[in-house]
Amino acid sequence: MDIKFNADVIVVGAGPSGVAAALSVARVGKKVILVERAQYPGSKNMYGGAVYTTALKEVFGEDFDKFKYERVINTHTWSFLNETGSFEMTYKNNEATCAYAIKRFQLESQMIEIVKKHGVYYIPNTLVKNLIQENGSVVGIQTEQEKYYAPITILADGVNSLLAKELNLRNDYQTKDMILSVKEAIKLDKKTIEERFNLKDDLSNGVNKQYFGSDFGKLKQYKNLFMMTFLYTFKDTLMLGVGVNLADLSRNKLNINEILDEVKLHPDIAPLVKNGQTIEYSAHLIPEGGYKKIPKLTSNGVIIAGDAAGFVNGVHFEGTNFALISGKLAGESALVALENNDYSQNTLSIYMKKLEKSFILKDLYSYRNVIENLYSRSDSLSKYYPKKIKELFEIITCANCVSKSKQIREYFFSYFKDRKITELFKDIFAASKCALDVFFGK
Amino acid sequence: MENQENKKSIQDKLATIKYNCDSKSHLVVDQKKCAKCKEKTCTQICPAKVYELDENLNEIVVQYENCLECGACRIACPKNAISWEYPSSGCGVVFKNN
Ligand SMILES: Cc1cc2nc3c(=O)[nH]c(=O)nc-3n(C[C@H](O)[C@H](O)[C@H](O)COP(=O)(O)OP(=O)(O)OC[C@H]3O[C@@H](n4cnc5c(N)ncnc54)[C@H](O)[C@@H]3O)c2cc1C
Ligand code: SF4
Ligand code: SF4
Repeated sequence: MDIKFNADVIVVGAGPSGVAAALSVARVGKKVILVERAQYPGSKNMYGGAVYTTALKEVFGEDFDKFKYERVINTHTWSFLNETGSFEMTYKNNEATCAYAIKRFQLESQMIEIVKKHGVYYIPNTLVKNLIQENGSVVGIQTEQEKYYAPITILADGVNSLLAKELNLRNDYQTKDMILSVKEAIKLDKKTIEERFNLKDDLSNGVNKQYFGSDFGKLKQYKNLFMMTFLYTFKDTLMLGVGVNLADLSRNKLNINEILDEVKLHPDIAPLVKNGQTIEYSAHLIPEGGYKKIPKLTSNGVIIAGDAAGFVNGVHFEGTNFALISGKLAGESALVALENNDYSQNTLSIYMKKLEKSFILKDLYSYRNVIENLYSRSDSLSKYYPKKIKELFEIITCANCVSKSKQIREYFFSYFKDRKITELFKDIFAASKCALDVFFGK
Repeated sequence: MENQENKKSIQDKLATIKYNCDSKSHLVVDQKKCAKCKEKTCTQICPAKVYELDENLNEIVVQYENCLECGACRIACPKNAISWEYPSSGCGVVFKNN
């Protein structure tokens, strides 16, 4: 069959990766169709709350200044929760502008408005059901109503990427490769948020809090429960959520909402969300398979970007930056193929080279064992060390009329007595491996 | 064992969400496989409690209207018994404050 192409490139999915891909193709005057199943921009998407501005600038160039945000995230805290309190570290840079708190509806709306101005043909409210293949090459998409044809299709369809699966570009995910996350958007007035979090009132200040540990409340009883809790300040909303590995949830027969409810009761979190009204509940997966689970990234006539390719760094809550830049590189790779009039896997594999040169594959490679190592020591991280940190600070802060040297000596030796000594060595080994991997990474 | 407190909590939270409902279910379970499934993982894992076991019929009831479209059930079902699709164009969950 002689195919009549509707466009040079079709992009499936209008999240950060799809939008970035479409823009880089449209910038040089090529015809690109961007198809999204949601009726309203961003209304299927969920994240913690911060989009990284370096990547946003790189993709949107001179249009970057148009982005409206709710707050600049300039303060980061890391907290280890224990039964009665926490140990918290804070890093604050009053002049930082590297992350913006923007709701997904606002983020995607603004991104889509910009790319439409650059000539991207945006088709919302349209679910792509299948890919059309001919002679071993993807040549278009089948929506519920219509068919669209293009020599190259970019799959930016998010973590569940049913389309990549359909093409057998990846195996089915296993529970251990996925984090399930739920979040509540909690409404409070702007002033209350600024008072509670010690923020300036001009939105140039905002906080991202990350919490570790599951040794409190009802969660104490569950073994190997490694969870990450996050809180972001928006203008008049707090985003509070938790993420837990699907395998851990299954094994412990836990529902993730129970965990979120328990987190809300923790003595250090409860006062932050007090009197807030939950205005939205949501759930989403985060791909955590990392480097080892990267699918086949190109095939004849097709490229995968963003979450669909598993590009996130779960340790640092980075995803939008991976999505934006991989989308841009996917678009640029499509342009190379268009120029050569050759849409084969062979030509498109330039995408891989571009990814290798960028931080994307470098970081995924350097962190390839980190998550696995953290999980292998999850009881240590989530239960044992939060407790030990508490013990140490009790010695330092409670003037309890016992000799300090005696207490510190006892504390030191307790590391060898509390548990089997092999546990300590396993922790040290895992920690060193993570550190060395990252230090000597790419 | 069904945790009633959690069920109530989820119901309250689901009430905060806007949905454009589809007339047909995008989630279909293979009841034959479910009948043989001991874990019933879907009933426990779903953050929206979409799946419930009807003890009398020994069948899984699927309240697809509450689905948050996360995809967890599809991966967690030990028997691969869920045929999981996205709701039709424009249908399903509509997040506004995410
Ligand atoms: C709880 C949580 C917290 C996070 N926090 C952060 C954070 O603070 N900072 C950060 O940088 N990253 C964060 N991330 C990661 C980040 O959200 C993702 O990495 C990023 O959104 C991926 O972008 P994407 O464009 O690849 O996919 P998505 O944003 O998921 O977009 C995919 C799009 O494709 C559409 N789609 C899917 N299938 C079809 C189809 N068949 N037809 C048509 N359309 C389709 C979807 O509707 C969607 O709009 C977080 C993620 C989660 C889950
Ligand atoms: S976990 Fe899967 S097989 Fe078991 S009851 Fe649920 S859907 Fe059926
Ligand atoms: S996709 Fe998520 S919300 Fe929907 S039924 Fe499955 S687990 Fe529940």
